[in-house]
Amino acid sequence: MSRVVVEVMLKPEILDPQGRAVEGALDRLGLVGVTSVRQGKRFEIELAGPLDASRRERLNELAETLLANPVIENFTVHVVEDA
Amino acid sequence: MTRPIDSVTHAASDPDADQPYAELGLKTDEYARIKEILGRRPTSAELAMYSVMWSEHCSYKSSKVHLRQFGDKAPKTDALLVGIGENAGVVDVGDGWAVTFKVESHNHPSYVEPYQGAATGIGGIVRDIISMGARPVAVMDPLRFGAADAEDTRRVLPGVVAGISGYGNCLGLPNIGGEIVFDPCYAGNPLVNALCVGVMRHEDIHRASARGLGNLVILYGAHTGGDGIGGVSVLASETFDADGPAKRPSVQVGDPFMEKLLIECTLEVLHEGLVEGIQDLGGAGISCATSELASNGDGGMHVWLDRVPLRDSTLSPEEILMSESQERMCAIVSPAKVDRFMEICRRWDVPATVIGEVSTGGRLVIEWHGETIVDVPPRTVAHDGPVYDRPMVRPAWQDALVADAPTPARLARPGTPEELRATLMQLVASPNLAAKDWVTGQYDRYVLGNTVLAQPEDSGVIRIDEVTGLGVALATDCNARFAKLDPYAGAQLALAEAYRNVAVTGAVPLAVTNCLNFGSPEDPGVMWQFAEAVRGLADGCLELGVPVTGGNVSFYNQTADVAIHPTPVVGVLGVIADVARRVPMGFASAGDSIYLLGVTRDEFGGSEWAHEVHGHLGGQPPAVDLVGEKLLAEILATAAREQLLIAAHDVSDGGVAISVVEMALRRNVGAQIAIPAGIDPFVFLFAESTARVLVAVAPDHEERFTRLCAHRNLAIERIGTTLAVSELNVDATFTVELAELRAASAATLPALFG
Repeated sequence: MSRVVVEVMLKPEILDPQGRAVEGALDRLGLVGVTSVRQGKRFEIELAGPLDASRRERLNELAETLLANPVIENFTVHVVEDA
Repeated sequence: MTRPIDSVTHAASDPDADQPYAELGLKTDEYARIKEILGRRPTSAELAMYSVMWSEHCSYKSSKVHLRQFGDKAPKTDALLVGIGENAGVVDVGDGWAVTFKVESHNHPSYVEPYQGAATGIGGIVRDIISMGARPVAVMDPLRFGAADAEDTRRVLPGVVAGISGYGNCLGLPNIGGEIVFDPCYAGNPLVNALCVGVMRHEDIHRASARGLGNLVILYGAHTGGDGIGGVSVLASETFDADGPAKRPSVQVGDPFMEKLLIECTLEVLHEGLVEGIQDLGGAGISCATSELASNGDGGMHVWLDRVPLRDSTLSPEEILMSESQERMCAIVSPAKVDRFMEICRRWDVPATVIGEVSTGGRLVIEWHGETIVDVPPRTVAHDGPVYDRPMVRPAWQDALVADAPTPARLARPGTPEELRATLMQLVASPNLAAKDWVTGQYDRYVLGNTVLAQPEDSGVIRIDEVTGLGVALATDCNARFAKLDPYAGAQLALAEAYRNVAVTGAVPLAVTNCLNFGSPEDPGVMWQFAEAVRGLADGCLELGVPVTGGNVSFYNQTADVAIHPTPVVGVLGVIADVARRVPMGFASAGDSIYLLGVTRDEFGGSEWAHEVHGHLGGQPPAVDLVGEKLLAEILATAAREQLLIAAHDVSDGGVAISVVEMALRRNVGAQIAIPAGIDPFVFLFAESTARVLVAVAPDHEERFTRLCAHRNLAIERIGTTLAVSELNVDATFTVELAELRAASAATLPALFG
């Protein structure tokens, strides 16, 4: 089995209203000194069998078109396990 | 990134520095004119300001010479409290109430990032309304996309609809109407227009000006980030260039919860009389707000730009000036009232910062850490930009297009009952005529509890006074195929349809707004279409007696040299004294008589039938009959007031057949229709002649209603009866179960968009 983690974050220059809301809540709940919160998404994908080149390529394509919106988000594809 | 500040002193000492004016969208002669105004080369911050404020989007440089007609030809009216030129026009609706409404485009941003583009379109138009001092009460969205089954439409439409609902629903504003039109001409250039209507008392009207020496300039709302830098000038001034990543601005992201705080905070500071002048920040951000406020006021302003609170500390002063970060406003406040202003902002959790003051000398001076980076006469930035009387030529293809009339010889017409039935079923299920519930079901249409009518009704109707029942009706319309065939008539037909859609509810049409979506003004053919449409709309408004209160122009809606159909979207606002007497569109009970008001002619140019069945566009659009529209509106208002009507519905796209189906499906009441003698059944059912309305009248009111029409010489013909069975029966021709019609109509959009 192979395991891949895709992490998606808003680009740094893009406003993150949810992150801002969490930032405000942390402060209200007494956590001192919070200067920034950015919220993102993490996908843990398990696949049967090894990751050959074509599956990796397809995975990258789908990360870019389905999992992330590259107009406003950056993403990383990280292979945790390849067997 | 440390680089020397390009101060005014620096610009004077280095007069020949190369500046990227062309990349910023300025022409060589425009750049020369800036140098002439300043007597030196502009600093990079000044260049940024001029480039964005002189862009087509902000300066209306190609449209101004034509738009003057809306003022010159304005009909005399006492209803207009604030006219063109302010953030939005204001209309008197009686009892001390005033209403402000405006429609704007957010076309290009919605193509890049459908969700955020459409969402921030709502945010922007809502801020226009609050900066007039009005409380926003409803929004509407006229939308146009490429072919319904096109790949790109599948990408753009769901995002746009989700963005509108995401932002509008969070803000707590009902979405009461609009349009969804599909046509291949919008492939790659979807039109996302947004309308907002707001309500206020007469004494609460505010204008955008910075008066009073020593008064302070306060920026309040969200922090400034790198959103949409150059968005206005780059996105709205040039066509898309896929291979220009450097030009891609960062997408503006909206925060509806911040906008909600901004609404409440702004209305409170206005209500307490703490504000001398106010302006929303939209396209061109701080550049626009400071130069417009200064230009409209006493003429001078001093701004310390380094005081602007930033989300991203690496922004350069030029970027801060150009940033289009959302949910920001700018207010002019006298020093004595600043403490109270700040207190209210704190209570609403809205950051607020004094960034400048009103000054003498008629200059807008902007400082950055002690150095002067802008020193300009504000009028030259905000109002005295370039004006172009661009060349116009009637396109060479226009004659051939008009000559290609949809005659029976050119387009095969259905003749047998089976063919007529099949045509009806095809049109009912066509993307343009099918039920739009898949879209409108995502919008909150009834929040705030004052929505009287919403889609699929002809107009959105909102109650504004809970005691008297005073309300307003709003509709937007445009058949761009008509405008392609004849832009002058097409604009008048858009006006006529919106006017009629307001009138059928029983409201009296009062004022007009518009969103003029066209291709490139640098194409003489497009410029001719634009000029003709503006002339048509101005003449039409004069004839109907409804003034244009404001609007918006969106050019460059084209891919390479292929422009969209000219699309002058017209919004009409009407007033109804008591919303309890509004007339809905649906049949309500069996045994009512169905009357057709107006005259049906063999008119199929630009019709839905020609488009859907034959993919044909040619000939003349239906004849404009503004005298007829006005008469119709007067009779409908009287009949509504006297409560003579069960239902009334506009006849337009798809003709009488589609209107009858819509009236029947609304409340599941069947109808029997008799095709009048002497008219071809196909023409009667599907022609799109204008100035026509279908009404349902209860038996005990028939005599009074028909007498009312006869008295004013309005053509009226009894064409059928409502039924106790759920079917549509066209006498001696065909019968369809309502369930079959509903299934066909309801299935189309879900099948396309899931």
